[in-house]
Amino acid sequence: MEILQQIVNGLTQGAIYALIALGYTMVYGVLRLINFAHGDVYMLGAFAGFYSAAWLGLTKRLDAEAPVYDFTHWLQVAVVFFIAMLACALVGAALERFAYRPLRQSPRLTALITAIGVSLVLENGAQAVFSPDPQPFPALIPPTNLIDKPDFNLSLVQVTIIGVAFLLMIGLQFIVTKTRMGRAMRAVSLDRNAASLMGINTDVVIAFTFALGSALAAAGGILNSVYQPTIDPLMGLMVGLKAFVAAVLGGIGSIPGAVLGGLLMSGAETAVVARGYSEYRDAIAFAILILVLLLRPAGLLGRTAPEKV
Amino acid sequence: MRKLGISAPIFSSLLLSAIATTALLSGCKEPPAESDLGTVRGASATPSSVDIAKAKPYEGSDIVIGEYGSMTGTTATFGKSTHNGIMMAVEEANAAGGVIGKQIKIEALDDQGLPEQAATVVKRLITQSNVLAVLGEVASSRSLAAAPICQKAGVPMISPTSTNPAVTQTGDYIFRTCFIDPFQGTVGAKFARQTLKAGSAAILTDVKNDYSVGLAKFFKEEFTKSGGKIVSEASYSEGDKDFRAQLTNIKGKNPGVIYIPGYYTEVGNIALQAKSLGMKQPLLGGDGWDSPKLAEIGKGAVQGAYFSTHYSPESKDPRVVKFVADFKKKYSETPDALAAVAYDAAKILFAAIKSAGGTDRDKIRDAIAATKNFPGVTGDITLDADRNAIKPAVILQVAGKSYKYVTTVKP
Repeated sequence: MEILQQIVNGLTQGAIYALIALGYTMVYGVLRLINFAHGDVYMLGAFAGFYSAAWLGLTKRLDAEAPVYDFTHWLQVAVVFFIAMLACALVGAALERFAYRPLRQSPRLTALITAIGVSLVLENGAQAVFSPDPQPFPALIPPTNLIDKPDFNLSLVQVTIIGVAFLLMIGLQFIVTKTRMGRAMRAVSLDRNAASLMGINTDVVIAFTFALGSALAAAGGILNSVYQPTIDPLMGLMVGLKAFVAAVLGGIGSIPGAVLGGLLMSGAETAVVARGYSEYRDAIAFAILILVLLLRPAGLLGRTAPEKV
Repeated sequence: MRKLGISAPIFSSLLLSAIATTALLSGCKEPPAESDLGTVRGASATPSSVDIAKAKPYEGSDIVIGEYGSMTGTTATFGKSTHNGIMMAVEEANAAGGVIGKQIKIEALDDQGLPEQAATVVKRLITQSNVLAVLGEVASSRSLAAAPICQKAGVPMISPTSTNPAVTQTGDYIFRTCFIDPFQGTVGAKFARQTLKAGSAAILTDVKNDYSVGLAKFFKEEFTKSGGKIVSEASYSEGDKDFRAQLTNIKGKNPGVIYIPGYYTEVGNIALQAKSLGMKQPLLGGDGWDSPKLAEIGKGAVQGAYFSTHYSPESKDPRVVKFVADFKKKYSETPDALAAVAYDAAKILFAAIKSAGGTDRDKIRDAIAATKNFPGVTGDITLDADRNAIKPAVILQVAGKSYKYVTTVKP
């Protein structure tokens, strides 16, 4: 049963990695840009959740055991998610408009360095605004255990995280495959110039992609903060890098790949820690990155297209 | 060229990002190039490897003392409490006419809780501000990074609360006003065996932290020596947020007590996650728990947990009662152990400057070394030949937002 418990642990963390990895992969898909500021958008999502929860008076949940069957509570939690996701979508679109769009015709290295710069601005700006100290995050989801056996526990938080994450991924899949905007995104991803010649407003599509990815990161930020309830301005650094590795592992540019990569990354981490090598928890992520780059640069589900000159 | 396919760009941008990744990582984890101290751990930090000249003779008209601490970061309450304790001692001394007729000024710098940053700011305090002496740090890793600099420059340094033995082994200019890890680890183990009646224990250590590694080692020694069994030794790194994999592992071994010699931010998270995994073992730790933030982060899960620390604000000793009342009046909060020990450290330094009768750093060093039965709020402080304080430890239990006194353990 211990192994079952570890699988649940890994799956929960993996669902969160996957949500963030999706943002990396979608932006890479349309722009061929690795948006290193994405981890910090995740951090901003957590803070947006923190402040909107405080605004709705949910911070008292810090101490009290929140009621499980309280409809208004769940409604308020939904509002918290909505506000944070909306705020991050706007931030994502603004980053694209002001940081990346002016560089769209520049060499890709310029855009990449800009992404790192944006990331530093967000991290240090957040330290100036929110203070660098870790803050306790309110228990938005009651800390109840659904299964409470001596050798196996499944908490409501874990079920909610996995459920919400997969609902959002299904929603994303729907947007990408079934809507006009999704079709436009795929067209831009295939060939931006041709898409533009066919009358697609590529600027709008790219901004939408950033907004969508950032909203998912915000959801990931809140879910992770409920699960591990402290937030600080540098929380996006390591998680962002790991989600990026997850995206590369799954095949950057591929949406199912990002989900698979997130789950595999978290599985690898949990396995390493469970075996007692917790000091290699972060190292395993980068070992995976190096192995993928050496053995299968396109990732597990990525496509290798022939090079056209 | 606009129409490049996917494979080549993927590969080149990934390589680029890999480089960028390393750059980002090294930006936050590695020490700056000017100091190789961040990576030096334990007693291996030798003064000879430090590039700093002997400090210029002190020449200020006031007495300027340097302080370095974590005013921000995951151990921010340590730095802030320490600073408050020091400032209270300074104000009291200045109100009484200063020391040797001079007013005392504190120049406090933030090391953000990073060892490499501690080395940098202490270097700045000595070379740019030419401070008379240095107070700090709370965390052993940071004290170990800065101590060789003070030693080589010949500037006395008093760490209020760094408990790792290696700190004062750096050299004869480095002092501390608290007990050391062998004692604190032993106290924890004795308490676990005798009071909690635990036959087995699991240890969860912060592997990147000298303090935590030291406490774990001495806890294990004493616990095994007195007939207990260590059933699991797991570890994490400061800044981690997910401990469920380790805890699940520990849970399978069913220990009688879990010893977590870490700092409050991680401990709060560990306690919460242990509770959600249905673990009911008592949690036990060291003075790294002593922060008002512990209960704020750990909520219900840290209630009833025990930790060893330097003093209890509940003590009826008139010195403590007066200190707590004055501190509450000034900062409107109850002083934690870090504030109390810092207050003592500053007062010991002022007393030493007074008995040295001037600003000769070597004489001040000798005067600190001669400290005997100094009446501090954390007990009578005597510094031994290894420049460590010999003091009792207290065990506190988390109760609501404050801590309940359980017992005192004498050395």
